[in-house]
Amino acid sequence: MPRRDDISKILVLGSGPIVIGQAAEFDYSGAQACKVLLEEGYEVVLVNSNPATIMTDPEFATATYIEPLNPASVARVIERERPDALLPTLGGGTALNIARLLTEDGTLERLGVELIGADYDAIRRAEDRDLFRDTMATAGLRVPNSVVVSSMGEAERALPEIGLPAIVRPGFTMGGEGGGIARTEVEYRERVAEGLAASPINQVLIDESVIGWGEFELELMRDFKDNVVVVCSIENVDPMGVHTGDSVTVAPQQTLSDKQYQALRDQAIAVIRAVGVETGGSNIQFAVNPETDEIVVIEMNPRVSRSSALASKATGFPIAKIAARLAVGYALEEIDNDITRVTPASFEPTIDYVVVKWPRFAFEKFPGADGSLSTYMQSVGEAMAIGRTFKQAFVKAMRSRELDVEPPTGRDTQALLESLETPSHERYELLFEAVRRGASESELCKRTLIDPWFMAEMAALARGEDPEAGLERCFKAVDTCAAEFEAATPYYYSGWERQASHEVRRGDKPSVVILGSGPNRIGQGIEFDYCCVHAAMTVRESGRDAVMINCNPETVSTDYDTSDRLYFEPLTLSDVLGVIEMEKPEGVIVQFGGQTPLKLAQGLVDAGVPLLGTPVEAIHRAEDRPSFGTLLEEVGLRSPPYATASSAEEALRVAGGVGYPLLVRPSYVLGGRAMEICYSKEALAGYFERTRPSGEIFLDRFLENAIEIDVDALCDGETVQIGAIMQHVEEAGIHSGDSACVIPTMSLGPEMLSQVRQATAAIAQGLGVIGLINIQFAVYGDDELYVIEANPRASRTVPFVSKAVGVPLAKVACRVMLGERLTDMDLSRLSGSPGHVAVKEAVLPFGRFPRADALLGPEMKSTGEVMGVAPDYPAAFGKAQEAAGAGLPSGGTVFISVTDGDKASATQLAASLHDLGFAVLATGGTAQAIRRMGVPVERMAKLSEGSPNVVERIEAGGVDLVINTPTGSGARADGWEIRRAATARGIPCITTMSGASAAQRAIRAIRGGQPEPIPLQELHAPSAATLISPQTA
Amino acid sequence: MSAYILLEDGTRFEGEAAGARAHAIGEVVFNTAMSGYQESVTDPSYRGQIIVFTYPLVGNYGVSAKHMESAAVHARAVVMREGVDREEAPGAEGGWLTWLADCGIPAITGVDTRALVRHIRDRGAMRGGVFGGEVSEGEAMERVLAELPMDGRDLAREVTQREPVVLDPLGEGAGAGARIVAIDTGIKDSIVRNLRERGAIVELHPCHTTSEELLARNPDAVFLANGPGDPAALDHIVESVRGVVGKVPVWGICLGHQLLCRAVGLETFKLPFGHRGANHPVKDLETGRIEITSQNHGFAVLGPHGEKTIDADESMRWDTDFGAAELSQLNLYDRTVEGLNLKDVAGATVQYHPEAGPGPHDSLHLFDRFLASLAGGQPEHRSAGLDAPRR
Ligand SMILES: Nc1ncnc2c1ncn2[C@@H]1O[C@H](COP(=O)(O)OP(=O)(O)O)[C@@H](O)[C@H]1O
Ligand SMILES: Nc1ncnc2c1ncn2[C@@H]1O[C@H](COP(=O)(O)OP(=O)(O)O)[C@@H](O)[C@H]1O
Ligand SMILES: [Mg+2]
Ligand SMILES: [Mg+2]
Repeated sequence: MPRRDDISKILVLGSGPIVIGQAAEFDYSGAQACKVLLEEGYEVVLVNSNPATIMTDPEFATATYIEPLNPASVARVIERERPDALLPTLGGGTALNIARLLTEDGTLERLGVELIGADYDAIRRAEDRDLFRDTMATAGLRVPNSVVVSSMGEAERALPEIGLPAIVRPGFTMGGEGGGIARTEVEYRERVAEGLAASPINQVLIDESVIGWGEFELELMRDFKDNVVVVCSIENVDPMGVHTGDSVTVAPQQTLSDKQYQALRDQAIAVIRAVGVETGGSNIQFAVNPETDEIVVIEMNPRVSRSSALASKATGFPIAKIAARLAVGYALEEIDNDITRVTPASFEPTIDYVVVKWPRFAFEKFPGADGSLSTYMQSVGEAMAIGRTFKQAFVKAMRSRELDVEPPTGRDTQALLESLETPSHERYELLFEAVRRGASESELCKRTLIDPWFMAEMAALARGEDPEAGLERCFKAVDTCAAEFEAATPYYYSGWERQASHEVRRGDKPSVVILGSGPNRIGQGIEFDYCCVHAAMTVRESGRDAVMINCNPETVSTDYDTSDRLYFEPLTLSDVLGVIEMEKPEGVIVQFGGQTPLKLAQGLVDAGVPLLGTPVEAIHRAEDRPSFGTLLEEVGLRSPPYATASSAEEALRVAGGVGYPLLVRPSYVLGGRAMEICYSKEALAGYFERTRPSGEIFLDRFLENAIEIDVDALCDGETVQIGAIMQHVEEAGIHSGDSACVIPTMSLGPEMLSQVRQATAAIAQGLGVIGLINIQFAVYGDDELYVIEANPRASRTVPFVSKAVGVPLAKVACRVMLGERLTDMDLSRLSGSPGHVAVKEAVLPFGRFPRADALLGPEMKSTGEVMGVAPDYPAAFGKAQEAAGAGLPSGGTVFISVTDGDKASATQLAASLHDLGFAVLATGGTAQAIRRMGVPVERMAKLSEGSPNVVERIEAGGVDLVINTPTGSGARADGWEIRRAATARGIPCITTMSGASAAQRAIRAIRGGQPEPIPLQELHAPSAATLISPQTA
Repeated sequence: MSAYILLEDGTRFEGEAAGARAHAIGEVVFNTAMSGYQESVTDPSYRGQIIVFTYPLVGNYGVSAKHMESAAVHARAVVMREGVDREEAPGAEGGWLTWLADCGIPAITGVDTRALVRHIRDRGAMRGGVFGGEVSEGEAMERVLAELPMDGRDLAREVTQREPVVLDPLGEGAGAGARIVAIDTGIKDSIVRNLRERGAIVELHPCHTTSEELLARNPDAVFLANGPGDPAALDHIVESVRGVVGKVPVWGICLGHQLLCRAVGLETFKLPFGHRGANHPVKDLETGRIEITSQNHGFAVLGPHGEKTIDADESMRWDTDFGAAELSQLNLYDRTVEGLNLKDVAGATVQYHPEAGPGPHDSLHLFDRFLASLAGGQPEHRSAGLDAPRR
């Protein structure tokens, strides 16, 4: 049966903000699906709260709603759009759960929406741990011994039966959230409690442990004719006990015999049939005991997943694309294999290379989190590498990670060996060190439970074997068929062979190489991939070949459809030069991939490679404080007083001159790594104690309570065009990536705005920017404008701005870099004021790192962002909060505890919240101040003041909103506990007064009812721009 | 120690010697499966051939008796990107490279197998040899050219049983009590096991056994096995097959499929580089289902009008010396014939390997269908040979 004609409008759900466990891979799958559905002639309605995605570009859907991803908000969109069908399998666990809830509450039936690609019962059989267990039993498949409990009592009773260690696995969560390993009875109770809290249906599965067994995943596709194919097998180098998302994984599986593998394959097929996924992809995880050949089923995801994105990139088989086609009626045999174009999709890819995926962690950003790995996911990104052999792929993947922290290898050998028994984020570095110190492979296998084959391969590398030495680099194609058929799709990787035989078919068109941003990490995420993809589109439109280099499998940029030629390579100078030698490009674009390509700029220039856009000198000038300082002086601008030092001692000496409070950080960092505010010499000394920064150190006067402004602007060397001026909700001191911001600005007068415009123009021209520039300003006091920094590249906010103003800044910038002039383009929309307000809010991963402080500061900690659009600011802010998952309460109890500086404004706030019907709780000082205003308030003891105290109250669920401002070095200890408790219970916790008053206005707006959702296409329709701007809202 | 592989067209690839210190000449073919190296080299169908494994890492899980498809290694030599000895792998009884050496099989590692495979794909399978670095290219080429080309070669004689053997059932099932008389042209153990595990008694007879001798065993069915070489060179076997068709049900796999087809008057031809792997999609035209199959053949059967590939997805008929034959299975990769049913006499065949070993198990049910059809009495039932799986 080909395309279904009985449906015409399909609703697709994205996965929302990038969070640990659910990242950019769903933009890749969602974007593919939307493309396919449009090609098939359907109307596509998309809901996704994440503006930094390609899928939310207006051309990827008929109607694009940047709205919160929760049942209520999706229901509003359904009411407005009345789609015929809902395709929920491409937006991760988020989309699947929403589909489940909208089925359960009858919305879909009431509004006549058919679920396609997954059916309700299949979703439940897969996601409900209890049903899943029964389903497996009926299908005669083994699962680990386990009990399903929904209360602490049941858990207590189950303990003897399961024994320790036990594995706690909450139902309906993703990335193992809320789960963990319990080795002691105490841990057991903790984990179960956390698990029950995390599971939306208060259900946890408690498993007998099979820690140490091999962990395998199979990616399957099934069509309505019940034809099933296995797209890819993936083996975890880290045995069971480390979440697959945190494991180093390899495709295809390496250590199973054909008989063992076929047994897995048979079981996987049995699972997909038993769960009843009628069409689409599924990911099935197994544990295998290598000694006894025992197999247990761990779980199945009845949808496109992180692993299926990896499998697609590893094999060239576009799972999401095909899943979308299957969902609208096609059978596998009716779909062509993109890559060979002569064979159907009803086959199993076979590969003739090795793929290694390596997770990217960010523990250094969460002091307090101990860095050990468990069954819940903690990595923030991943890098994939393809090589001719395991060793080649492994070293490639290692260098793809771009680590900016060196693991400590100093400990003594015994301690080193013991540390290997608890997997940690630096386990392989430690393993390598152990090998170098002479530890035997068999001992290391015993301690780590890693398979001897992997151990042997890694040990050889650790002993210095270089799998590239003496060989020539050659570029081979990924073709799904091990060369049995000619590949039509230009997807390449470099391998090392005795004699180079290249497969690259480079036409005679000029090409432009775009350098991607590598693995996602905090501070450099999907926003940069978005820009790279736009660059590729623009280069293609210009009639040149777009050539993409990147090593991040989660991205749209590494979709072979995105560019004319994709090279899946690490972003190191030598790997990039390898590609350039092959491509002989007209130029290279380093401006869109964040700091990663920027770091390569000089090396490329030295190698005689032409850069497009902003010259390397300008990049240096912006990054080098002194010369940037001179530039600012030339154009009559100021930056905060600062000093540089090459050692802690020197820094402590010069600090006085700069003046406290000051902001200290090592040079050349993105996302404000290791950046801190110090109010005193002692605090500064303490900072050096903790971080021991190497190289140059910057000390800036910290501008307290300054308003921060972010500007994204375009420049062609002469003309400067402002993209947007964003006002941050939080004051300067909260990293721009972590603070909410709003377009248009809310409280800046016309003369300040024109100052900002002039300053932007002066800096862009002064540097000689060709392309994009991002400048952060601080408005100190009433009218003092300071320049915080200028980044002569695409910034994190480019996608948000593009969607807020309706102009794709990255595309315009790319055209400029290819030689067009701004004056020749129609950018009128950028000067007209939009008829709506857009708020960006950051999404923070504190929930994943329970031991780390949930406090915002100059070091970036957020993993993703959401956007809220509405006719006025409070409504937009409220939406952004809701989309960020910290939906503001419309009533209930608010707890307030602020530092003296904030007490005045806090009392105002308390008053208005009281008027809104909130009961007010506060700690000592704050309570007094509030009472003086005549507002009824209940005084709560701090943790340090004994019991009963506020932390207990929060944990008991007696608080709906927490406002806690810790400025400076004071009041942290207590605040820490308060914020931890709030984060743990998912209670909105606001740490700045500015944020708080915005929240207060938003709550008012929410009570006024939700504004109607409006799709981007209408928002940016020519008519919309002419509406008067609600500056005054 | 350096070694190289030389093809008859003069193409040469360098590598290191592994396995036995010897040279070997044969038809150079490639296999795209990602596991099952030991099953492949012990499959008699590889007689006279040098196997290039497209998967770059071979030997990871060692070798063990349970992976043998016959008593010996039949491939002449093995070409790999990287080969390892891992006797310590869980479940291994020995290391792969050491074992090859013990079996006297030369191998070569470090070869850019992908470049080699692309060459064969474009130029077709051809003769070649694996030589130690010390052998001069001139001498090597002489030896390569001295080897007979694969077309027209009778290799069944080299791999067949010398004496008949009778093998008892290994279990209960659809085949309980059935006596399956097989012409052993190099039968794989997996086939024998699958028949015996379903309760059948399996007799293996030398490939020169006559139809009279076969019928004298009063078989419930005659089975035609897989095997090496060119079916067109096996007229002596085809003769015996002609003698049994119509008298007892006949089922053929791989070479057996080609032999039955020739016996009823159909033609076979040589594929450019054959099908060898574990991922070929084959469509069952009766059920419309697609199965992922294990494949290992260099020749195929021509369509009803002498065509090499079949365009439409619907079954079509041949007129054979024994009535109609119906196309039952089609390869969706290159659209070649993968199986047929004789409509007027009891007989059916598949070109691929339902027994797997190595490869996917999607088609194991064919053994049940075949054996069940024997139990199921009526000729029309029988003639249906392999009717639709009941799912
Ligand atoms: N019974 C078990 N014993 C040991 N480890 C387990 C067990 N069950 C799950 N795990 C580990 O926990 C990880 C996460 O479990 P899983 O159910 O896959 O969570 P998620 O739904 O987040 O993928 C798995 O990748 C595996 O390493
Ligand atoms: N002198 C300063 N006074 C107040 N806040 C500052 C100052 N310098 C930096 N910040 C804060 O620190 C954050 C990070 O600083 P920035 O220079 O932008 O680092 P990054 O390169 O990581 O963006 C800024 O967004 C701002 O909120
Ligand atoms: Mg999992
Ligand atoms: Mg910044």
